[in-house]
Amino acid sequence: MLATNLKRVLKGGFLNFRRNIWLSTVTVMVMALVLFVLGNLIFLGALAGTLLTSLESKIDISVYFMQDASEEKIMAMKQDLEALPDVAGVSYVSRETALADFRERHKDNALIADALNELGDNPLEASINIRAKDPTHYAAISDYLVKKNDPIVDKINYFENQLVIERLGSILSSTRSVGIVLALFLTFVAISVAFNTIRLVIYTMREEIGIMRLVGATAWFIRGPFLVSGLLYGGIAALVTTLLFFPLTWLATPKLTLLVPQFNLFDYFLANFIEFTGVLLAVGMLLGITSSSVAIRKYLKI
Amino acid sequence: MIQFENVSKIYSHNSIALKNIQLHIKPKEFVSIVGASGAGKTTLLKLLIREEEPTEGKIFLDGLEVTAVDRSSLHAVRRRIGTVFQDYKLLPSKTAYENIAFAMEAAGRLDEEIDEDVPQALELVGLKDKMHNFPNQLSGGEKQRVAIARALVNRPEVILADELTGNLDPITTWEIIKLLQKINDLGTTVILATHAKDIINAIDKRVVVLEKGMIISDEEKGKYLV
Repeated sequence: MLATNLKRVLKGGFLNFRRNIWLSTVTVMVMALVLFVLGNLIFLGALAGTLLTSLESKIDISVYFMQDASEEKIMAMKQDLEALPDVAGVSYVSRETALADFRERHKDNALIADALNELGDNPLEASINIRAKDPTHYAAISDYLVKKNDPIVDKINYFENQLVIERLGSILSSTRSVGIVLALFLTFVAISVAFNTIRLVIYTMREEIGIMRLVGATAWFIRGPFLVSGLLYGGIAALVTTLLFFPLTWLATPKLTLLVPQFNLFDYFLANFIEFTGVLLAVGMLLGITSSSVAIRKYLKI
Repeated sequence: MIQFENVSKIYSHNSIALKNIQLHIKPKEFVSIVGASGAGKTTLLKLLIREEEPTEGKIFLDGLEVTAVDRSSLHAVRRRIGTVFQDYKLLPSKTAYENIAFAMEAAGRLDEEIDEDVPQALELVGLKDKMHNFPNQLSGGEKQRVAIARALVNRPEVILADELTGNLDPITTWEIIKLLQKINDLGTTVILATHAKDIINAIDKRVVVLEKGMIISDEEKGKYLV
């Protein structure tokens, strides 16, 4: 009996979808639009993530050491710093490496090369670069260094860049929170649109639902086909949206790369294709089935 | 079989559909409920299948208090009663065949039974050649016949027919009435709500007359004179 009922419910759902093909098409289109917005939010999130991470990685504090500071002591300090919870990583640049880098950077400039040769001794200082886990932690790390007041330290460049670092840090964190609020808002709008569309579909069928009750159908026997239709709306909309994203991401990638060179949208889409389609399918079908089941409740009370 | 105990349906103080209805219908009875339009005939039938709730009173079907049945179990009551609605209430997106089959599917009948019974029911009401038509491709009379076939197909204990005759030509009307009489002879209780005098007078069965929501006469082998 259960199998027969399941078969009837499935058949009813498909038939509903097919017999009201215009209504179904419009509903699928609206749902696809909703999922399109959600898909773009996912892309935007990834883009912003890449952008913010690359900006963050550009911020660091450099500590320069006295020329006579021994490598041992510098290494000890490096280890101390690495032990701090706020610190993501510390890299050491020896005087020799600094010089080699400097020469490499200015290899086309004969004047600088001559000057260095004239000098004989290496005029550069050893340094370490500290990257914090979060840009707002730089102040704390800098404080720590200042309090330590180690005689081998010549200067800490945090103070020179303090304003820029702080400003960038606050821009990054506010971009994140604004982004989350905006994404939540758009998601809310999209979900309401999908829900209300399906509610309208069910509203147009309210009389039929009542008739089915009056001729002796149980609530579940009536609800079933509508849930199946809801699943179909969401599922088909998700597939349509995914297909649409192929040409769209491909077309958008060259323009986007000009703005954010680190992010390749089309590659991102392909690399995350399964997860992306999975998310859209899950959201679409869940939205379809829950909207249907919420919307139909009222009309089953007969 | 069916018992109305002091049933009233009051929409507002100047719109009283039914007032203190006391009615007992015995098993296998054929009862005509008559009265002018607005007398409360349709409301009476609607209360029996709980399409509407009474304001007061209780209704029993074979000892079961219909008015106290939980909404989630109402389908069981409705499956015991076949209703021909005044406005047919056919499902517009289903064909004549599917409309009838739906009532059987909803009642959990087997596919084999459905394949066998639906064409039979359609043949009984003379619509076998139009079984794949949708309701909007059928005339008023044809829709009504589909509704009749749907009401009969589950072999209910009671058949309610509301203004059955309004949309049928005289010949078809008689055929349908004869059909109902035959079903009644086979043991089904029939309640017919109508205002067609000639039919009621020819049937020669119990007649309950409603006026302004009240029963003003109830006679075995009655006539509708007013």
